[in-house]
Amino acid sequence: MKVVMLGATRGIGRSLARLIASRGDSIHVLGRNADDIAKCAEDLKVRGALAVSTGLCDLVTPSGFSPALDAADQALGGFDTVILSAGVFGTQDELGENRARAAEVLTANFTNSVLFCEEARVRLLARGGGRLAVFSSVAGERGRKPVVIYGATKAGLSHYLEGLDHLYRADGLITTAIKPGFVRTSMTQHLKEPPFAGDPDDVAKTILSAILRGAPVVYAPPIWALVMMVIRLLPRAVMRAVKF
Amino acid sequence: MLSGWGRVFGPGREIASEDIEALTRDATLTRGLARSYGDSSLPDPRDGVVASSRLADRILSFDETTGTLRAEAGFSLLQINRTFWKRDFAAPVGPGTQFITLGGMVSADVHGKDHHATGAFGVHVSALRMRLSSGDIVTASRTENTDLFKATIGGMGLMGHILDVTFKLPKISSAWVAIETERMPDIDSYLAGLKDAARRFPFTMGWIDTLGASGNLGRGVLMRGRWATKDEARPGVPMPLVRPGLPIVLPDFAISRFTVSAFNALFYAAHSVIAPRKIEHPETFFYPLDAIRNWNRLYGRRGFTQYQCVIPDVAGPEGVKSFLNLLRRTGGSSMLSVIKDCGDEGEGLLSFPLKGTSVALDLPVRDDTQKVVDTLNAHLIELGGRVYLAKDRFTRAADYRRMDRRIDNWKAIKQKYDPQGRLRSAQSARLELT
Repeated sequence: MKVVMLGATRGIGRSLARLIASRGDSIHVLGRNADDIAKCAEDLKVRGALAVSTGLCDLVTPSGFSPALDAADQALGGFDTVILSAGVFGTQDELGENRARAAEVLTANFTNSVLFCEEARVRLLARGGGRLAVFSSVAGERGRKPVVIYGATKAGLSHYLEGLDHLYRADGLITTAIKPGFVRTSMTQHLKEPPFAGDPDDVAKTILSAILRGAPVVYAPPIWALVMMVIRLLPRAVMRAVKF
Repeated sequence: MLSGWGRVFGPGREIASEDIEALTRDATLTRGLARSYGDSSLPDPRDGVVASSRLADRILSFDETTGTLRAEAGFSLLQINRTFWKRDFAAPVGPGTQFITLGGMVSADVHGKDHHATGAFGVHVSALRMRLSSGDIVTASRTENTDLFKATIGGMGLMGHILDVTFKLPKISSAWVAIETERMPDIDSYLAGLKDAARRFPFTMGWIDTLGASGNLGRGVLMRGRWATKDEARPGVPMPLVRPGLPIVLPDFAISRFTVSAFNALFYAAHSVIAPRKIEHPETFFYPLDAIRNWNRLYGRRGFTQYQCVIPDVAGPEGVKSFLNLLRRTGGSSMLSVIKDCGDEGEGLLSFPLKGTSVALDLPVRDDTQKVVDTLNAHLIELGGRVYLAKDRFTRAADYRRMDRRIDNWKAIKQKYDPQGRLRSAQSARLELT
């Protein structure tokens, strides 16, 4: 594979990038901090990536998406896979109090994520297709008390990804919506751990195999597919009564 | 609540971050994967928080020609093996578990089956980047801040936060291991066998039965090994083994004198017909206990402690025997005690190994555990030995002082680099090291 990745420096994205590197694929690492992406690139190189390059790109600045993807294309000699694992998290306690922070999360996770995918979509379709894998979340499946705003951004993103997959799969663009359940990363360490929590390295394996087989949706750890099926079926009255 | 591997819990919580520089700015202790058994990785109750390096695990550089690797403190032995076995490089030492980080390997100056041949991990480390108590970031090596370097190797993370580690990976002939297993009927033949094996093999270790009737005290199974040559090796790179977990914490009676005796007898019997020589998967050989991910749940709700000590060669086989006899009399029932030959003392000022015989016993925590440890320590001090801090949970400060003449020197360096004594752990407070 020739992979462009925004969000490879941390969390599940880091584990996924390492797994891809150990297969001997080529990776172009996009990120907002020059030192971070340089270190990430060296790490991936030693772990076995065929070629690693880097470029500056920030999910907060959509004007940078197009030039960053062009540069990635150049560096990789034409990419075939785009992975977006960057995003911003905030609990309802935090976002409900802080309007500016809420705007940041809404913009980054929905508007800008969609804009990034659009830039990737155009380029992949122009070469006859490819893979677009994007981190959404199980938080987007139901409106839930602890993650009202964050969940809404992921719900919107999931909808977009589903539509994209319906519209373009026949043209060769395979879209995978990645929906991690609770995974032990620095993003979630301040939260109370629910049952079925996963570790980033294990979750990355599940995600990569879904991307490779072109699954439209993947829950990771896999048990979360079942958990969310139940949660989707719960009546509103129950959702209103429970804390999660 | 937090605990070490022994599942004896204490107050505290852990914070982790990919950014270890930011993480350690205000921290008073950093830990890795929390595989030390006792309270080495627990925060002093007055601090309540410990930083975890486990997410700061990037490789910073690797030089294929010299085998020199520089990586962040959270990079684990598991990742070393997964990344480098396929390129015919290995970790310079072979400890008993893969679930340890570079920072922890330096802090405990870990040793393995190859200690008699290669020394402990510190020998292979050329530089450490550290954040001091003052907040400054410095390099410690054999040419720069030498005192800090020596006090940090085996220094239980108390001199400063280790940010990254530079060390050398030796080239190996293959990642498979050629092993020989031999059953030893008693402690004398076992100890003689260890010494003999140490002369001929880079890896030696063995498991003994500490509960046997006096005739066969110390009967056991001795293992010897070396990296297999290209011709001997099985085809391909050893793939990671599947590891089931123990889903529940077993009840306290799961480990009793009866079950331990039965297990030891079975283990001994199982090795009667084993092929004397074979090619083994490196994970099976080096990390037999990793086979069940959370085997520490075996010991019930109260947890367990590992008593690991080294008895110097000057005390002779008689010293080891008197120690094992004492163990049996005190009623410590240890499943599979590990006995191993140690090479010379390293340069780390609080580093555990010294020329002699290392004995490691897992003791379930019971009402009398403190008394058992005190009794064993009293005899150990007479023999001139010392305990391994990475395993310890029960040694008293006064006993520890009597075990190690190097403490004053180490404390003087601690005073220089951390005059306020800001960096501390539950263990360092208990042992009055800080």
